[in-house]
Amino acid sequence: MITQIVFWFFAVVLIGSAVMVVSARNPVHSVLFLILAFFNAAGLFLIAGAEFLAMILVIAYVGAVAVLFLFVVMMLDVNFSQLREGLQRYFPVGAAVGLVLFVELALSASAWRIAPNVRDLPHARVPGASSNTEALGELIYTHYVFLFQACGLVLLVAMIGAIVLTLRDRPSAKRQDVAVQHARVPADTLQMMTLGLGESTTGNGGFRRPIGKSAEKPVSRPALVIENSPDREG
Amino acid sequence: MLPGIANVGLGPYLTVSAALLVLGVFGIFLNRKNVITIMMSIELILLAGEINLVAFSSALGDLSGQVFTLFVLTVAAAEAAIGLAIVTVYFRNRGSIQVEDVTLMKG
Repeated sequence: MITQIVFWFFAVVLIGSAVMVVSARNPVHSVLFLILAFFNAAGLFLIAGAEFLAMILVIAYVGAVAVLFLFVVMMLDVNFSQLREGLQRYFPVGAAVGLVLFVELALSASAWRIAPNVRDLPHARVPGASSNTEALGELIYTHYVFLFQACGLVLLVAMIGAIVLTLRDRPSAKRQDVAVQHARVPADTLQMMTLGLGESTTGNGGFRRPIGKSAEKPVSRPALVIENSPDREG
Repeated sequence: MLPGIANVGLGPYLTVSAALLVLGVFGIFLNRKNVITIMMSIELILLAGEINLVAFSSALGDLSGQVFTLFVLTVAAAEAAIGLAIVTVYFRNRGSIQVEDVTLMKG
């Protein structure tokens, strides 16, 4: 009884937050409702006895994927109200497609019959395991080891792809140039001088060496402008 | 059948999952212009599939479903990373993320 109450609580919050994900005005709210949906799905997984997957859902989805969405939504300075134009135009099409899909799912579910001897089929059972995590581990590292490695490859390719896509060479970036570093000789920056007694460096051109170079490259700094007009606040 | 899902039954799980899937498809059609919301709708659809897999897995006492849920989670994470990288690059080039503007590859 208490299990059913908890299940329906999680299910109702899950569906409600999914509705808010697709219909929220502000995409930041959308991402936050997506996080709520993931938490409730983790609750459903717990009721079904998949503790390991529930924790993975919370850690990997809420901790990584949803926060990545949040980063991108907050980083891109997009006019989101402009993106919401034509919502009324798209609503009937979306509702029609969703309705058709739901009716199809209901029809296929109403005609669904589980074969009576399905339990005699060879199943992936781990009898001796004391917990869900242990059972999953025994299965992943034996029967599914190649698929598991393929998963690692997928993640590796995704990581390299994301880095290659977003990496760019900015001219203002300070980056190590090994060839330039190796080509440097002490004479470029260092000058040994013998100063007489009572003689200062000012008479010999100051501390900046070499003398010609430092004068050619003035440090450009934008002038500090303070605006006090009241309508520019915020 | 595990005790948790024996109390609830398979049907409610499938109902919740079907509703989630329909909401995801509806979200794709509703937010035609906003790539980020479309990607969140795809995450909802994948979540519906995962709930289905987990429900059948514990209803039949077969752990393969949970293993495949793990794989689906991996692919979904990779897809989100690549998709958001593409969105970032596209925004850097064009200054907007409108789906209708994506005609760079058109001949």
